[in-house]
Amino acid sequence: MTATTSDATTRRDFLYVATGAMGAVGAAAAAWPFIDQMNPSTAALALGTTEIDLAAIQPGQQVIYTWRGQPLFVRRRTPAEIASAKAVDVSTLPDPLARNANLPDNTPATDADRATKPEWLIVKGVCTHLGCTPTVSTPTAPEGEYGGWLCHCHGSAYDTAGRIRKGPAPENLAVPPYTFLSDTRVKVG
Amino acid sequence: MSGPSTYIPKSGLEKWIDQRLPLPRLMHDTMQTFPTPRNLNIWYTFGGILTFCLGVQIITGIVLAMHYVANAGLAFDSVEKIMRDVNYGWLIRYIHANGASMFFLAVYIHMFRGLYYGSYKAPRELIWILGVLIYLLMMATAFFGYVLPWGQMSFWGATVITNLFSAIPVIGQHIATWLWGDFAVGDATLNRFFSLHYLLPFIIAAVVGLHIWALHVPGNNNPLGIDVKSPQDTLPFHPYYTVKDAFYLCLYVILFAAFVFYSPDFFGNPDNYQPANPLVTPPDIVPEWYLLPYYAMLRSVPNKLLGVLVMGLALVTLVLLPWLDTSRVRSLRFRPVMKQFFWVFAVDCVLLGYCGSQSVEAVAFGIPLVIVARLGTVYYLAYFWVLMPIIGLIETPKKLPASIAQSVLGDKAVAAAE
Repeated sequence: MTATTSDATTRRDFLYVATGAMGAVGAAAAAWPFIDQMNPSTAALALGTTEIDLAAIQPGQQVIYTWRGQPLFVRRRTPAEIASAKAVDVSTLPDPLARNANLPDNTPATDADRATKPEWLIVKGVCTHLGCTPTVSTPTAPEGEYGGWLCHCHGSAYDTAGRIRKGPAPENLAVPPYTFLSDTRVKVG
Repeated sequence: MSGPSTYIPKSGLEKWIDQRLPLPRLMHDTMQTFPTPRNLNIWYTFGGILTFCLGVQIITGIVLAMHYVANAGLAFDSVEKIMRDVNYGWLIRYIHANGASMFFLAVYIHMFRGLYYGSYKAPRELIWILGVLIYLLMMATAFFGYVLPWGQMSFWGATVITNLFSAIPVIGQHIATWLWGDFAVGDATLNRFFSLHYLLPFIIAAVVGLHIWALHVPGNNNPLGIDVKSPQDTLPFHPYYTVKDAFYLCLYVILFAAFVFYSPDFFGNPDNYQPANPLVTPPDIVPEWYLLPYYAMLRSVPNKLLGVLVMGLALVTLVLLPWLDTSRVRSLRFRPVMKQFFWVFAVDCVLLGYCGSQSVEAVAFGIPLVIVARLGTVYYLAYFWVLMPIIGLIETPKKLPASIAQSVLGDKAVAAAE
């Protein structure tokens, strides 16, 4: 038997690498269903829509609805609350973006872009820090220093446009997609 | 597991088994004749207590799973059914719920013991790291378990903890959604948490096996932190330490029973006796007591991502501990400077726990607790990253005893034995 030593790539080397690579691809392909099964199912993905009758909501009042399993704040703002939100210089805000699903992503967080109809502020009731439901502020029972909401979990304070002003939350309260069907009916989702 | 085996089969049957599966030999060498330092004190009995705690949680947990229903609409009622209708259900559930707290109490004592006597130092780094892994798995298991009763604290605790992942840039929200199986914590989340809560204890048991295996290579550290030098320094594990462990286990079980029978909701939160409500967050979300120091760290940082990173760093630091300590002396008994910082560290952990238990705006003695928590977090990290490396280099340790036997028995006894 003659031993041949060679640095050249052999047919066997190629087969090793090719088999190993195919095995890795196969293992990843087999793992994917077990990872993806954790993601929301088609039933959960089906976007829910909620229609809300605004007629019963009084100025200065907030009503909490459910949208896609999460709380939704619908707040009928008083002229004073709108004025205080408009008086804020957007460049001083911790989060200068509107976070309004009805507008482009880079829209600034002016009050007009947070609430297209100034009287009606519609935001998800989910603190952008760790997901608690913030408590609404009223003139008689203030929550936080900015007249909007205070999240008691970790102390994030929002103003009357639902914009983050103080505390650990990184973003303004999210404005969901919605359309006004009439002056007193709005469809969210 | 290490060193020559001293097992001699006594009968033909034992010999037959030994040649095929040397399990009796393993038990003999690790639990009977295993040479153990003769000076182990009460703080070394917690390994046995922890093994007991794991067993109790697994047995009571398997029983509870026979009656529990992992469904968002039925979970809360099924737990109430266990409490009221199932024979001895109240007892088994209270043992399981308080068992988690007793498990963590023991693990904290066990960890501080290791920290004080330098049990994480060479050649025991892997024992320590496996221990940290067990601790992390325990926290995950306890978190999943706390969600299962589907009360207000269960639901909102799950919301806050899973939202920690949303702090990760770009992919964070996708990870949170993937964990939930929905756009918020819900039925899908509850089901998977139940599945994982059942799985993880068995993973813990496997890692405990590795932890004990790694322990049996160098053998136990001891309160003097010096190596075993001669057979005089040791005693056989049985009966000396089996009896000592059993005695202190009995005392621990008395404490355990006192909570189960006289104050079963001592560690609980009244809000968790309200069914989960996704629309109303309780005024104060407080995790279980054993997670409070980390919760205080999370809240003390006024930035979401940084808060999560600081909390993660506090845990990762524990893994790196063996390389952060530069001192060649293991036991703090012989390190007069570090010993004082150790006790400050112990108080700091309790103080952080207190801060975590109070509301965010709480003030004590005119000082906002968030400031106290910030200082506490700084000290926690500085203890490992600044004090440990520097003091280990500049401190002059006290003189170490010549041997364990000499320290315990005195010079004369050692001479007489020789």
